[in-house]
Amino acid sequence: MSGPSTRSVLEPSPWSQRLAALLVIVYALITMIPLVWIVLTGLKTPPDAIAYPPKVFFEPSLEGYVNLFTARSRQAPEYMASLPPPTSWYDELVRKRNMVITGPSRFAERYLNSVIIGFGSTFLAVFLGTIAAYGFSRFKVPLKDDLLFFILSTRMMPPIAVAVPIFLMYRVLGLSDTHLGMILLYTMVNVSLAVWLLKGFIDEIPMEYEEAALVDGYSRMQAFWKVVLPQAKTGIAATAIFCLIFAWNEYAFALLLTSGEAQTAPPFIPIIIGEGGLDWPAVGAGTTLFLLPIVFFTVLLRKHLLRGITFGAVRK
Amino acid sequence: MAVTRPGKPVQRARGLSDRAVAWIFISPTIVLLLAINIFPLLWTIYLSFTNYRANQPGRPVRWVGVENYERLLGSEDIWEYLQATAHFVGWSIFFQVVLGLGLALLINRQFKGHTALTTLILLPMMLSPAVVGVFWTYIYQPQAGIFNYIINFFIDAGSFTMIGDVNLAPWSIVLVDTWMWTPYVMLICLAGLRSIPDYIYEAAEVDRASKLRQFWSITLPMVLPFLMLAVLFRAIENFKMFDMVVELTSGGPGSITELASINLKREAFEKWRTGYSSAFAVILFVTVFGAGNIYVKFLNKVKQR
Repeated sequence: MSGPSTRSVLEPSPWSQRLAALLVIVYALITMIPLVWIVLTGLKTPPDAIAYPPKVFFEPSLEGYVNLFTARSRQAPEYMASLPPPTSWYDELVRKRNMVITGPSRFAERYLNSVIIGFGSTFLAVFLGTIAAYGFSRFKVPLKDDLLFFILSTRMMPPIAVAVPIFLMYRVLGLSDTHLGMILLYTMVNVSLAVWLLKGFIDEIPMEYEEAALVDGYSRMQAFWKVVLPQAKTGIAATAIFCLIFAWNEYAFALLLTSGEAQTAPPFIPIIIGEGGLDWPAVGAGTTLFLLPIVFFTVLLRKHLLRGITFGAVRK
Repeated sequence: MAVTRPGKPVQRARGLSDRAVAWIFISPTIVLLLAINIFPLLWTIYLSFTNYRANQPGRPVRWVGVENYERLLGSEDIWEYLQATAHFVGWSIFFQVVLGLGLALLINRQFKGHTALTTLILLPMMLSPAVVGVFWTYIYQPQAGIFNYIINFFIDAGSFTMIGDVNLAPWSIVLVDTWMWTPYVMLICLAGLRSIPDYIYEAAEVDRASKLRQFWSITLPMVLPFLMLAVLFRAIENFKMFDMVVELTSGGPGSITELASINLKREAFEKWRTGYSSAFAVILFVTVFGAGNIYVKFLNKVKQR
């Protein structure tokens, strides 16, 4: 198209670009196989899911999703014959396996818990992280480096190492197996990440803007709210997504500290037992539903996520 | 935008003093961490010197001194768990760095559609490690699993089981972790690559430095701090790895993949030897904390160069 004189020396040649694209596409395809496979499994019938050789082409079925959301019990054929005709498609699906639906499973409940605890803790962690990061970024704080390292070091503790004392402490405070308890716990884990990420973002915002605002008679708080926050919003959004993903996916604390009320989805998905082992289509269905919001958030903020991680968002 | 009016003297801001603002902003985070992290940690340290058992709250608690530590360091099992952990951390990070940096270099060629592909590649690291562990047991299944099927499609490996085999199990968890977290290293490397200003390469071109030379003396040194940061976070996360591996192999076969955290959970919540498990927790924490401390100092030195 354009002559050699207009092409920058830095621009990769079309040939090397094509090769790079090919290699990345190959990687993407390989890395997608397990994901696609589990999503497909969610649409299989239990016999199809354990067929040998593995079935790539199969008749899709919603049995996995029905099994995920319902509790069922096996009945004798005589009893099945005595039942009135099925009232819904899912009823029919279940009866083909000589079972009747006895009620909803706890999946919906667990999922809702994940939403409440995920968003609650993300909001808190990002709020605390933003103001702390601003504090560290802009002010002379005694022992600043040590404090920052202390904050990071709290993330080095294996969750199980503190699980026993937290369990005992929560029992005394009445926080065990509650939403508030889990929100505080996940906020504690996430706040270190939030402070570190956001300090990076805020460091990149030129101090001149605030100084100009301060000279204009803004108070520190006003300068923070009206000048710094709007500039840091991409960084805040990216940080929020990281926090949300962590809280959404967390397993160890949820497994050890919750049992009924506040249990989230991750400890639930592995125990979806079918007949003779795990109910793989239901696990696939649960995994798919569990992953969907994360995919949505990732795609929605993909540009900001990348820019955020490249620290480019706040740089002019 | 704010414009500094000429002649107006620079005055101190209204409202709270900077010192007060700094403390108001920082203290909630510190208080939260002290309450739900440091306090339990101190409690764990205290428990490590006792014979406390969390499942028997009524039992009198006796101070046993360093007995738990002596028993721990004297047992050979601990070294096995630590070895399994080191194998997992070392190899998974090695593969992630090689693949992650490689992918970042390729994506940085900015071919058409690289943003969409990047988003696609990122997906595995968004998943819950526990759920990943569960569905990889399905993928690794000797008969119905797609993994064995694909391997056998290319090479005649016969019947084998990744999770059940003593030699393969340690690699099965490395593979899943690499699958999950390569994108993480890639993303941070990509950030590093994009932080390198064009003029450095332009100057190198003027000096007729070869592409390979440019890679070794510009790209790599400038990406290094980013790469080291990625390695730090991955190392910490993998050192305390629990969820993915516990769901995938539950430490088996035998205790081949019983990583430190899995053993910790077994001692604390299955055998209920709280004092003993607390001592192990303290040892683990001191190890990560110490290693992390040294590493960060080193990282800061690299950054300043």
